[in-house]
Amino acid sequence: MERNLTHIALFAALIAVLGLVPKIDLAGGVPITAQSLGIMLCGTVLGARRGALAVLLFLALVAAGLPLLSGGRGGFGVFAGPSVGFLVGFPVAAFVTGWVMQRTTLSPGLSAWAASTIGGIGVLYVFGIVGIALMTGVSIQEASLGAALSFLPGDVVKTVIAGLVTQSLSRMRPASLLSRA
Amino acid sequence: MLTLTSPVEIWAHRVPAGGKLVALAVATTGLFALSSPGPLALALIATLCLYLTAGLRFARDGLRQLYPLWPFLLVVGLWHLWTRDLDSGLVVLQRMVTAVALANFVTMTTRLADMIAVFQRLAQPFERLGLSPRRVALAFALVIRFIPVMLDRLAQIDASWRARSPRRPRWRVMVPATLAALDDADRVAEALRARGGAG
Repeated sequence: MERNLTHIALFAALIAVLGLVPKIDLAGGVPITAQSLGIMLCGTVLGARRGALAVLLFLALVAAGLPLLSGGRGGFGVFAGPSVGFLVGFPVAAFVTGWVMQRTTLSPGLSAWAASTIGGIGVLYVFGIVGIALMTGVSIQEASLGAALSFLPGDVVKTVIAGLVTQSLSRMRPASLLSRA
Repeated sequence: MLTLTSPVEIWAHRVPAGGKLVALAVATTGLFALSSPGPLALALIATLCLYLTAGLRFARDGLRQLYPLWPFLLVVGLWHLWTRDLDSGLVVLQRMVTAVALANFVTMTTRLADMIAVFQRLAQPFERLGLSPRRVALAFALVIRFIPVMLDRLAQIDASWRARSPRRPRWRVMVPATLAALDDADRVAEALRARGGAG
């Protein structure tokens, strides 16, 4: 019981830290925020249920007024802005990522990459694009084009990193992957 | 850690957090029900007046909070100019600015502790599902405590990597950082159990 709680809390903190670090220069040159990498890792490492709860806890702290979203944003205002769809999609993305991770039997790295692509891009973009379309009045097609042009390259890099990190974790300490426990 | 609560104390700081949140929910629903530029312009002016009742300094801080919106406003504005659909452009822009400004107003005038108390109260009905208010408060406190710890450690990992290698660590810092988070989680869980559990 306590372990569940502390894992959820520590991964919520990890998502926050990844958004605060100005640019870890993860990919060399490509200016990406690492926050959605945290969402993916929640799913691949903690699994569906705990991963989604960690993301919900993180969002609750953002709503409570801590400036933890990338770029130092926070408070209730972010839920009234154009990226609300992505925020709503975050916990669902972590859940689906964890679910795919738990259901596949490929090597941890490969499943983590596939799971992050399905959850962290596929599912997340559905929410994000619908959010942009609703909030800004552009059509779904135009919103999709905009999201693909501005976020897709960075997010593809992040799914690969999520796969590599999960692979290393499973090699260094197999028991640490709670999604595969 | 810094919060977004305004250091300038105004009348709205004394309004209970729950009341402000209900008012915000009603106002935001109302904004989305309006679909012509005229009434939305009135709503925007009313919001501006709300900020001005708190004084110029507070209003200026509030304006600064809206700054991250400008790229979106620019793109959406240009888009609606290009499609010659000025009315719906005005509707979208005014609605977004007003909704975000109202939400920021609540955030700026509510202390973090009061906001967390509201979340605890919201968790109460879910007590039987394992979401006791005590556990919610503990989880919030753990996150807030561990963010600076993790930031420090990320800096340490980065520094020790640079001491060993001329190349940049890039994504590789993520592996020790994640492992450390998992270890911390285990240790904190043990410490909690030793002190009577998370309740």
